[in-house]
Amino acid sequence: MQEQQPETRITSSDSKQKDTASETQKKPDKQLAFPHLVFKEFIALMLVTLVLIIISMAANAPLEEEASPTKTPNPAKAPWYFVGLQEMLVYFDPWIAGVMIPVLIIVGLMAIPFVDKNPKGVGIYCFRERKFSFIIFTIGIVAWFGLIIFGCYFRGPSWLLYMPWESWDIHKPVISKGTYILPSFIGVPATIGYYVLGMWLPILLARNFYKTLGSTSYFITMFFVLSMFGFIGKIPLRFIFDIKYIIHTPWFSI
Amino acid sequence: MIKRLKRFAEWLVRTQIWSSIFRQGWPDTERNRILTTINTLVFHLHPIKVKSHGIKVKYTFCLGGISFFLFIVETITGVLLMFYYRPTVEYAYQDMKDLEFAVTFGLFLRNMHRWAAHGMVLTVIIHMCRVFYTGSYKPPREYNWCVGVSLLVLTLLLSFTGYLLPWDQLAYWAVTVGTNMAKATPVLGAEGPFHVLSEMTDICFYLRGSVDISENTLLRFYVLHCIALPLAAVGLMGIHFWRVRKDGGISGPL
Ligand code: HEM
Repeated sequence: MQEQQPETRITSSDSKQKDTASETQKKPDKQLAFPHLVFKEFIALMLVTLVLIIISMAANAPLEEEASPTKTPNPAKAPWYFVGLQEMLVYFDPWIAGVMIPVLIIVGLMAIPFVDKNPKGVGIYCFRERKFSFIIFTIGIVAWFGLIIFGCYFRGPSWLLYMPWESWDIHKPVISKGTYILPSFIGVPATIGYYVLGMWLPILLARNFYKTLGSTSYFITMFFVLSMFGFIGKIPLRFIFDIKYIIHTPWFSI
Repeated sequence: MIKRLKRFAEWLVRTQIWSSIFRQGWPDTERNRILTTINTLVFHLHPIKVKSHGIKVKYTFCLGGISFFLFIVETITGVLLMFYYRPTVEYAYQDMKDLEFAVTFGLFLRNMHRWAAHGMVLTVIIHMCRVFYTGSYKPPREYNWCVGVSLLVLTLLLSFTGYLLPWDQLAYWAVTVGTNMAKATPVLGAEGPFHVLSEMTDICFYLRGSVDISENTLLRFYVLHCIALPLAAVGLMGIHFWRVRKDGGISGPL
């Protein structure tokens, strides 16, 4: 198997690992795919099949009453993998929660290999050599699953807050979807300021980070990172200050 | 006893039937093992030799392979379900009930299809995390990462389109909530910012084939779920596996 591009070797403090790495550079340590790899795959396949059979006998796929356009269930929850977005609907208008956020996530994920200029940490689970990307990605994943868990287990009728152990029959007062709309002379500069400062400060304070990335990658990275924190950041703004919109125009609101 | 078995095996692999199927002898020599890999359609997705590091279970956790296997489970159970399911408002729900009560192993089949689908969404996401945390998206694997992201999107779409097919309350309203988002698309949606299109021509209408979820939507989602999206996924998986090998096999610390 030929490498198309040379991969950078890890520099590990573990000297033993270093030794094997330099040995294997000349003569890579390889094994026959059959039987070594195929055997493991076979075991994985059997285990998955077993688990699937057990689950399929133990739990039935849900089937409710026949669909009826006139009877709206309350709440109408999306399948779990979209509940995170549904939860975002509490904090943002549908065009952001349902369209912009998913598009930004997909484009952002695809951008990762092109803006991450750090060649280190290939082939091992390693935090030390790529702290920044590691932390940002982890925050994204944790936020994603946090929102899913929150939406699945802590939301009841009318998407109100219900603890998992609380009965949905308890009546709860309707909570506001935020009351305060920031006036434009605060909201617009605040948003612009957030992005400008967010991009400018690291250039000042972490010059090296900026230099290694190069300006294009740097600004693309920071756009996605700041947007992610922006989206997550509106959640406490809603809970603590009851802010509905940061920017409000007749055409769109954020 | 063991001797006898051995002699039996030796005789077996020399029979015309065996050699017509397998093209090589008992895989106990290096030569025959290599031949097993390259002569077998499924095995030859693998290179003849793989890095020892790459077949460690705790490196990949076999997650890509499990995703692929679950996709195959979905294909098989899905084809079987298609024997019993008609995508019309009149029959869809009835056929679900028949699967549950009248078809032998119908409920088991449906359970398996449903749980494997949820499982696949989960394993694909975790596979993405493993690829990220091992830095396996870095050059030369940027492109394959993007193919992977497309596969993630396709997996979600497959799950989502399948969600409507039982035509129960859960399905109907989850898909109503989900497709409502399309209305909020900027410019292209009837209720999004800067909308220019009416409810009868916007992107949501084309998704549903009608203003509300209807039989048109059911047929659309059925065709997407059973034909278009699986074909796209198979095509992308072909590219994905091809590129894993072209990019130098499983990433490793070299
Ligand atoms: C239907 C979904 C998918 C299937 C069936 C699939 C299958 C596979 C398989 C079998 C491998 C070989 C190594 C392993 O098992 O880990 C692999 C590697 C890889 N996958 Fe996927 N994958 C899927 C989705 C994704 C996604 C969502 C991503 C990333 C966003 C991705 C990115 C990659 C990359 C970059 C590699 C190369 C890893 C390396 O060289 O170590 N794949 N995939």
